Amino acid sequence: MVEASQTSILPAPGSPVALRRRAWRELKDRLARYGVAAGGMMVIFAIVLIFFYLLYVVVPLFHGAETEANSEYKTDYQNATHVTLNEYNDVALMLTMEGKARFFNANDGQLMLEPNLPLPTDTKISGFGKGASPTGVFSYGFADGRALIFKQDYKISYPNDKRMITPLIEYPIGEELIVLDPQGKALQLLSVQSNEEQTTLAGLTEDNRLVLNSLVREQDFMDEDLFTIEQTTAEIVLADNLQATHLRMDIDQRELYLVDADGFIAYYDITDVASPQLIQKIKAVPSGVDVTSIEFLTGGISILVGRSDGQIDQWFPVRDENNNYTLHNVRSFNDQTTAIVSIATEYARKGFLALDKTGQIGIYHTTAHRTMLVEPLVDSDAVIAISPRANGLLSVTSDGQAKLTLIDNEHPEVSWHSLWEKVWYESRDQPEYIWQSSSASNDFEPKFSLSPLTFGTIKAALYAMMVAVPLAIMGAIYAAYFMSARMRTIVKPTIEIMEALPTVILGFLAGLWLAPLVEGNLPGVFTLLIMLPIMTIVTAWSWSRLPSSFRERIPDGWEAAILIPVVIAVGMLSMMASPTLELWLFDGNMPKWLNEVGINFDQRNSLVVGLVMGFAVIPTIFSITEDAIFGVPKHLTVGSLALGATPWQTLTRVVLLTASPGIFSAVMIGLGRAVGETMIVLMATGNTPIMDFNIFEGFRALSANIAVEMPEAEVASTHYRVLFLAALVLFGATFIFNTVAEIVRQRLRTKYSSL
Amino acid sequence: MSKQSFSTWYKSGSPWVWLNAGAVSISVVMVVGLLLLIAVRGLSHFWPADIMELSYQEPGGEAITLIGEAIETEVVTALRLKMTGVDLPEGQVSAERHLVKVGNRDYFGLDFRWINGPWVGEINYPENLVSVERREWGDFFGYLMEVKQQGKIVASGDDAWAELQKRLERSNNLVFEIKKIEKAEIGNINHGLEELRLRTRRLELDGVAAGSVQHLEIEQERKQWDVQYAGLQKQLSDLNMALNRDQMIIKMSDGREVEIPLAKVVEATRPNAMSVWLKIRTYGHEVWKFVSDDPREANTEGGIFPAIFGTVMMVMIMAVLVTPFGVVAAVYLKEYAKQGPMIRLIRIAVNNLAGVPSIVYGVFGLGFFVYYLGGNIDEIFFSAALPAPTFGTPGLMWASLTLAILTVPVVIVATEEGLSRIPRAIREGSLALGATKAETLWRTVLPMAAPAMMTGLILAVARAAGEVAPLMMVGVVKLAPALAVDTIAPYLHLDRQFMHLGFHIYDVGFQSPNVEAARPLVYATAFLLVLIIIVLNMAAISIRNRLRENYKASEG
Repeated sequence: MVEASQTSILPAPGSPVALRRRAWRELKDRLARYGVAAGGMMVIFAIVLIFFYLLYVVVPLFHGAETEANSEYKTDYQNATHVTLNEYNDVALMLTMEGKARFFNANDGQLMLEPNLPLPTDTKISGFGKGASPTGVFSYGFADGRALIFKQDYKISYPNDKRMITPLIEYPIGEELIVLDPQGKALQLLSVQSNEEQTTLAGLTEDNRLVLNSLVREQDFMDEDLFTIEQTTAEIVLADNLQATHLRMDIDQRELYLVDADGFIAYYDITDVASPQLIQKIKAVPSGVDVTSIEFLTGGISILVGRSDGQIDQWFPVRDENNNYTLHNVRSFNDQTTAIVSIATEYARKGFLALDKTGQIGIYHTTAHRTMLVEPLVDSDAVIAISPRANGLLSVTSDGQAKLTLIDNEHPEVSWHSLWEKVWYESRDQPEYIWQSSSASNDFEPKFSLSPLTFGTIKAALYAMMVAVPLAIMGAIYAAYFMSARMRTIVKPTIEIMEALPTVILGFLAGLWLAPLVEGNLPGVFTLLIMLPIMTIVTAWSWSRLPSSFRERIPDGWEAAILIPVVIAVGMLSMMASPTLELWLFDGNMPKWLNEVGINFDQRNSLVVGLVMGFAVIPTIFSITEDAIFGVPKHLTVGSLALGATPWQTLTRVVLLTASPGIFSAVMIGLGRAVGETMIVLMATGNTPIMDFNIFEGFRALSANIAVEMPEAEVASTHYRVLFLAALVLFGATFIFNTVAEIVRQRLRTKYSSL
Repeated sequence: MSKQSFSTWYKSGSPWVWLNAGAVSISVVMVVGLLLLIAVRGLSHFWPADIMELSYQEPGGEAITLIGEAIETEVVTALRLKMTGVDLPEGQVSAERHLVKVGNRDYFGLDFRWINGPWVGEINYPENLVSVERREWGDFFGYLMEVKQQGKIVASGDDAWAELQKRLERSNNLVFEIKKIEKAEIGNINHGLEELRLRTRRLELDGVAAGSVQHLEIEQERKQWDVQYAGLQKQLSDLNMALNRDQMIIKMSDGREVEIPLAKVVEATRPNAMSVWLKIRTYGHEVWKFVSDDPREANTEGGIFPAIFGTVMMVMIMAVLVTPFGVVAAVYLKEYAKQGPMIRLIRIAVNNLAGVPSIVYGVFGLGFFVYYLGGNIDEIFFSAALPAPTFGTPGLMWASLTLAILTVPVVIVATEEGLSRIPRAIREGSLALGATKAETLWRTVLPMAAPAMMTGLILAVARAAGEVAPLMMVGVVKLAPALAVDTIAPYLHLDRQFMHLGFHIYDVGFQSPNVEAARPLVYATAFLLVLIIIVLNMAAISIRNRLRENYKASEG
């Protein structure tokens, strides 16, 4: 023994070599411990990160607006009647009733350009009118009934790679004055709109006549510089006692709104300028309340009416059954309490700023019905301008004190209301759930209602579960409790392998093989669904009538094998009988027959999705249910059978009761899978976001919507964040389903072990 | 058992048992039927089907001759036929309808044609009918009349066939050579020029003035590339001239004779004249072409090699990423972490993540990996290439990473299960002999759990191979211009976009203009994908079963 220890390859205990080696081993052990811990934590962190990252992208949607004072300074001009701000918050234009225009640096008030407008010397300015903000068109009306139309513009150049903005004034129809009122009366109210082809002016004269003048530019075909202008004029005589306060024309030069001191809005159709039509005159405010301001929302469909009690109403024309348009008060904002003196609408979104008499500024969004902010920011006698990107607010008081405030208001379009509730969108007849995230037009009102998409997801999951739950659970009961062991070893892996089948293949088969098949053999499909259980029972009964000598050739637990040819035969017979049935019952064409009785039929419909997605979910439910039933302790079943219960009684009274939590969790996990499935719903439905439980129509599911729209959503835009929200909803839903299932399953496991 | 009355039979619960059995039968029939459907449709596509020549006479019309392959037959009711403008004679309630692939898309407009059974006349299978696979416009069916060389007839009649085969071999060799030059050598030059552009841009960013030595050097190199390029261009135009030498004249079913340049022909066969043995050989050849060729005509023709390659590359990179992390996390959870409510919670969370929809991972991958990580990497390392993104755009690396995160729960769960199956005695024995915990793990526990890890990995790979939805956002494209591996340093291009079998199915099946023509290819692709995934899963199952038996022995 002594010799052995001397020749041992190990150093003697306690020797320096051994100590060093031990220290080294301990170090390695510790390193491994920390390494593994760090690695493990990292992976877990990465997994948790998914949730937080989704949240991180989504949260800005629900931030309110924030403001930050940028600069304050004094300008030389007083009594500005209108100001505008440019895209980069650096150049502003101020107009006064004396006809002075002045471009200045919005950050410090430094003068940039003071153009001389071609004002007539023989008369005085009596009115001012402006076009829609993005056009930058203005007009001065004079005491002799003439008017001047001009337009602000900015030229951007990049000398030395630095942005330089040169402001200028343009005259869309030339520098000459236009005779708006041939009778030469002073123009008190004025409204103007101008685009490439047409410029329209509307004015109210001092003797209460509404005068219109439209100039259509007709381009010469041969020469670009040659054009002729065709004028159309009209006149409406108003009641003598009418005291008009506001006049507004929409950007498309089709509608004219006139507000009077009694709170009436007169709505004119001026599509044909020569013969303006009064469509409706409606009292817009209760008595005792006045209309204090009116402005078009961008797009020229809605008008915003500011009231003396601080409320702001949105109105737009709605079409009724007889195709007549009437104004409706669609929504109101009540967050300000004193008279709204002016409203500045955003250029590209359906949002606006409102200034009230106490100097409070409210920032609103109409579609989302959301008040982003109400803050005392400016003096009440100020005129305000919002920048085209809606990130700057310029206010200039009557004594020339100017203030530039930066606004951070990235995602006003989204609110709980706009995501989940019915929203009355512009040009729609009633409040609706609509998902329509993008369009070619610039002033499009985005419709971000997740309701139709969530509905689609639920519809798909529901139909899928209707197919999967009975088949999977019944199959699992049989496989776990009645099936012979040998058959089980074949059947179980066969069904379970389907879980791994790529859903893109199922989706492809659903869309290109099953959908046309179902459409062509619709009666056959329903026959199949009805006949399968009936034929199973018939087979079973006939089997029990067979002589026992024959029956005993096939041992117990092989019933399923006997039924396989029956299933195939029923399937084939149903398909073969389909044309005949169709002829008897549905005039030879069931989809057409359905359409005739008022049920829409799409080729790629929920029936197809239900069948295929049900098929995709079967293995999940089957496998977990089978485990739960198989795991029921044997002594329970044996005890029940010993007491004289039949196997079926034992199953329903003992086994299923014990295993029911497991079955529940199987269904939950199956549901989670059905809710999140993407490729099948993407390929097997038409992806139209409609809300209808009709089994013959398609739908658009959350997951498919993400897959379709995500690649083209602009990063960090509202659309992008809403799609992340959709993903978060899916994540949340499946996470809840799975957690509930998991907890139930864990409790079941402890229960089994205690039994 | 004696015979019972219906009510006692009902009371015994037998009908319910049978109904349950029926559910199993339905499930099995559906599973097997589905696999058979994919297999039959996918595999039959490559069989050189006979071409028929039939006479077809619509009522009131003249008899016409059609040449084509029979695709399928269905029975349609009279009313449905009526909607398509076909009136059956009174009393007939339904009729057969055949789908025939008539080919010659450039002349007939459509490859496929539905013809109505009652109007079909005589059907023949002439041996000299030729099926031509073309590089454009799909298949062509007809009779070979002549073979021409620069417009002059070199063979006609019966000799034409042998002459055609000889010349086709030549033209295919030329096509191969042209492709080689275009892909490899010109690709190399383009890469070099791009490199020069980036160097110039970097010099600009560093503030080196134009006209400096570095700029001149770059100019010099650019000239060298240009000279090389001109040489290749010359070579290419010579080859193209040679390629355009031969033509063939072929007669279509309507009697028209058309000229097809051999440059546009992949191969020509006479399926009706083939023996079974030859057909089998052709079949093998077609299958090989399918898995080894590049796709043609918006993916509706040709092979799917880039998609196979892309799938394999992505899965391999994913496996390399997911294995160590998954195993480390499992070892931490099982061996090192203090078991308590927190770890239970984490375990539930990990389990649940396996059930989170894959599209959610895709959204995460796009936002976090592509835009956030990728965007930052670009700004730090590839600022010269901006604003064209290098990593800030969907690509192979981000796809692999996204799928790694998607599959890591699978590996964790499987490894943990393997670790928990290892008997305590083995660990305690090792510790009792003086081994540290790390040594015990490394020498005894992990080797024993290796099969479990393997199972997890295989399941992860199987899941990743079939996943499409997240990939649509993080890197898969319809047609990738280049493979992720090539001869240009750094050889493996993780920033490139790639093709994928699953996405190929979606794209060709749903986005292609000629779905009917592409359908057989989609079935074939689907069959390949199913095959891969089933083989992987079978492997995982058999490893797991063997593993269980091993432990039974050691536990016993």
